[in-house]
Amino acid sequence: MTRENGNQGGESNGDARTTAEAFEIKVGLAEMLKGGVIMDVTRPDEAKIAEDAGAAAVMALERVPADIRRDGGVARMCSVEVIEGIQRSVSIPVMAKVRIGHFVEARVLESLGVDFIDESEVLTPADEEHHVAKHAFRSPFVCGARNLGEALRRIAEGAAMIRTKGEAGSGNIVEAVRHLRSVMGEIRSLAAASSEELPTRAKELGAPLDRVEQVASLGKLPVPNFAAGGIATPADAALCMSLGAEAVFVGSGIFKSADPAVRARAIVRATTHWDEAQEVLGASRGLGEAMEGIEMETLSEHERLANRGW
Amino acid sequence: MVGILAIQGDVEAHARSLEQVGASWVRVRRGQDLEGLDALVLPGGESTTIAKGIDRVGLHEPLLAFARAGHPILGTCAGAVLLGREVENHPVRSLELLDARVVRNAYGTQVDSFSAMADGEMEGLRCVFIRAPQFRDPGPDVEVLAEVEGRPVLVRQANVLAASFHPELTADVRVHQMLIDSIN
Repeated sequence: MTRENGNQGGESNGDARTTAEAFEIKVGLAEMLKGGVIMDVTRPDEAKIAEDAGAAAVMALERVPADIRRDGGVARMCSVEVIEGIQRSVSIPVMAKVRIGHFVEARVLESLGVDFIDESEVLTPADEEHHVAKHAFRSPFVCGARNLGEALRRIAEGAAMIRTKGEAGSGNIVEAVRHLRSVMGEIRSLAAASSEELPTRAKELGAPLDRVEQVASLGKLPVPNFAAGGIATPADAALCMSLGAEAVFVGSGIFKSADPAVRARAIVRATTHWDEAQEVLGASRGLGEAMEGIEMETLSEHERLANRGW
Repeated sequence: MVGILAIQGDVEAHARSLEQVGASWVRVRRGQDLEGLDALVLPGGESTTIAKGIDRVGLHEPLLAFARAGHPILGTCAGAVLLGREVENHPVRSLELLDARVVRNAYGTQVDSFSAMADGEMEGLRCVFIRAPQFRDPGPDVEVLAEVEGRPVLVRQANVLAASFHPELTADVRVHQMLIDSIN
């Protein structure tokens, strides 16, 4: 029986069906994460807390974004030993971040059998012009986007999931809301456009015409669309879901709070029941202190992680 | 009317498949949501997340009662894990409605995910396996409807239908049609 896996490497024969099926397998895992919470963790014991709280996946990284922001220096892919320790400790999917454009870090994560690779602006970019050519990997990729054009450029490169960039490590939801509203608004506008308007829209968005046409006909992104960057409370998570996000990433918001296990469970509950006010209320009780937040005006342009990548 | 358990997972993909076979659907998050339903889908997703959610909202007993009433139930991937008699490789609390051991992530991580054509009475069905489980030691009442690489991937026991793959991710809706056809 012939198997098709996610590999679309240089040795592939370029068969269109094979490529489509390989991409379908990558998007398939993103589909399975819908309605879930993906939590940043830096150690196996944190990964276990996340899994016990009902996380749909964990994101392995060396430092959560709030600490990267505080400590400065170059932020790189998580150490191999930490990733392996986390993989051994949980049964849910393990994701990990690579620097933008660092395709060798991505090869390392793929070789480790990491379930999803986040080509992330939270780490220090390795390439200021090029993102990773993601179709060439068996591992699926998720990438951040501030608007529809950026989302479609990443999808054209092979991203199987899009998330908002938000402003990681800020504890401030305003940027994630801005990015979600921008993506969803631009999708609605494309869906209402006539077919002869689409080439101009593609030019304005800086996105390939075939992807623009795909969004116009689907009325949504061709891959799952998640929220990330600044989610600190159950209500933040429910807000993102209400604005059209299909799942949420929580970075510093959990393990920088007073009681991570309680907050993790509460954010999972609010994400499942985002449209039930009583449930979001219940999830918002007895949480203890949230992480400290940062007002956007106090961040200079070069301190804003969302400005990394194009 | 078909319910789709909507704690976490690919609820919308199942909704699309059900619409293609002409069935209407609703989300199920609580015991009372099951009232008046003809069949139920346990979707793909993360079985630990879904199992914990079932316990949190108190759905375990209502789901068992729904099954005991003879209503058809389809579980895919994580949904199939939740149906198993026993769950191995990081056990979760299951409904024990299918007489088989279910081994989670039996093929490996996402880099080992694949698709393949089924053998058996569902020949030509393309099966998408995402961090998929395997059914082991099915009991005498478990009927194997499809195999891939010599292993059962679609099984039926009375009103319970379980797939280790994701029929909701492809355009072939035979498995969902089977669920609808088994509604009395």
